Amino acid sequence: MAFEIPNFTPALPEIFLLTMICVVLVVDLFLTDKNRSITYLLSQATLLGAAVLTVVVQSAVPEYTFSGMFVNDGMGTVLKLFIYLSTAVVFIYSREYLMERNLFKGEFFVLALFSVLGMMVMVSANNLLTIYLGLEVLSLALVALVALNRDSSISSEAAMKYFVLGAIASGMLLYGMSMLYGATGSLDHTEIASFIEQGSTDDIVLKFALVFIVIGLAFKLGAVPFHMWVPDVYEGAPTAITLFISSAPKIAAFAMLMRLLVEGLGGLLVHWQDMLIIIAVLSIIAGNVIAIAQTNLKRMLAYSTISHVGFLMLGIIAGTSDGYSAGMFYVIVYALMSLAAFGMIILLSRSGFEADTLEDFKGLNQRSPWFAFMMLITMFSMAGVPPTVGFYAKLAVLSAVVEIGLVWLAVLAVVFSVIGAFYYLRVIKFMYFDKAVDTTPISGAYDMRAVMSANGVIILLLGIYPTGLIALCVSVMP
Amino acid sequence: MIELSDFLILGAILFCISLAGIFLNRKNIIIILMAIELMLLAVNMNFVAFSHYLGNIDGQIFVFFILTVAAAEAAIGLAILILLFRTKRTINVDRLDALKH
Repeated sequence: MAFEIPNFTPALPEIFLLTMICVVLVVDLFLTDKNRSITYLLSQATLLGAAVLTVVVQSAVPEYTFSGMFVNDGMGTVLKLFIYLSTAVVFIYSREYLMERNLFKGEFFVLALFSVLGMMVMVSANNLLTIYLGLEVLSLALVALVALNRDSSISSEAAMKYFVLGAIASGMLLYGMSMLYGATGSLDHTEIASFIEQGSTDDIVLKFALVFIVIGLAFKLGAVPFHMWVPDVYEGAPTAITLFISSAPKIAAFAMLMRLLVEGLGGLLVHWQDMLIIIAVLSIIAGNVIAIAQTNLKRMLAYSTISHVGFLMLGIIAGTSDGYSAGMFYVIVYALMSLAAFGMIILLSRSGFEADTLEDFKGLNQRSPWFAFMMLITMFSMAGVPPTVGFYAKLAVLSAVVEIGLVWLAVLAVVFSVIGAFYYLRVIKFMYFDKAVDTTPISGAYDMRAVMSANGVIILLLGIYPTGLIALCVSVMP
Repeated sequence: MIELSDFLILGAILFCISLAGIFLNRKNIIIILMAIELMLLAVNMNFVAFSHYLGNIDGQIFVFFILTVAAAEAAIGLAILILLFRTKRTINVDRLDALKH
């Protein structure tokens, strides 16, 4: 049997990243705690190098390699670049936090880079096997990260819950994949799509497979009714890890939805549309309503994530090119907002103090008007108040849904995001209208404060000039 | 002659047993880890059966990968289990409630 050497060029960023992870792992062994920042710099350089390579190997038309298992296209390039960006920001935000808690170790960077590798594989997957492997590399690395603080009992509890529910999700997804394989006789997304288009297969088996796949995806995304792990993991993990989990993996999860449901199972649109509508509606309702009752800010933001996931799904439910690009815009914007919100919790925390309850934000305006303003922008953006970018993100997905005639869905989403605005505004009320209990001045490394400010300003600026990013998202959608 | 449907029914039964093992079990986390392994094996059964009846080798390749990932998963699961026992002195599922509100 002839063996053809595959074209490695489209996968160069992944290959580079894997090599560099091994380098970081080995270099870190020879470092003492004093010069651990070399690991940090090396990790940042790795992300930068991967970003440069991704730009170099980008291609306008989809490029397939490794017997069609791997695809390099415009959507993949853009999503990968945003994954690197948010991971780099996570590294900057979490450096001091980890140092103060004695967690600034090589493992953090190696595991985080491994999960970036998993995300990249997921983003570029064109085969059920590649999707599964990318997903497992991502989630196993994340589980280990959640348990990074070995002395904390809530961290290990959160890691256990994340692990068990993640494993159930993988099991569901795999069961669906096995049924899909049985019905179509192929693992390749392109072949599966053309097989479904011919319509020669048993529809019942395909629908059966679809149910399991959608459940698996909903588990991974943290959508209601499969959301139980989200608040526990967000609260239990060290804030630096929560920051990571809530940003970059969401971008990868969006890519997984696109690759699996839209590219692979696009022919079953009418069937998964109904399932996603139920999940999205429940997520938006439950996320916004339960968040009101929370006193822990990390837990509140976890429920807010659940409602944002519902909104993100609205774009995919639309099933049009506009809807997909709106969903992509939403997920990128969400990653930026989430970085800003969790970054603020890290900024306010210090050694022995986590700053993760709402009370800790009381009177922030007296302690630091600038950062209170940054948090104000972030909260407005999450609630969807113009002129912040969150408004355009919501507007884009809602107009995509209205275009296909699901007006009731858009109205319901708006009503519940207005209800949701209550808990975002409560944070703002605490910051501006309450007296500060804790008057310690805000400290934090210069680079962190600079990036934090840039993050807030970008959320505002993108809200005033959103056209660039929207045009980028539209241009990469087929 | 064993039909394809027999394998699929066996796979489905194994899958249901593993789900029941995860959701009904209120005692021991180790049982949950075992149930997770069983779930992956149920999927393997499906893949191998389909692969044989379709005359297509892809499904069996997939099984190799699932087995490898299952080993990695078991390693991480047991590592977290040990961590949990060290910090909480128990591996009882009911006692994992510090994060409930």
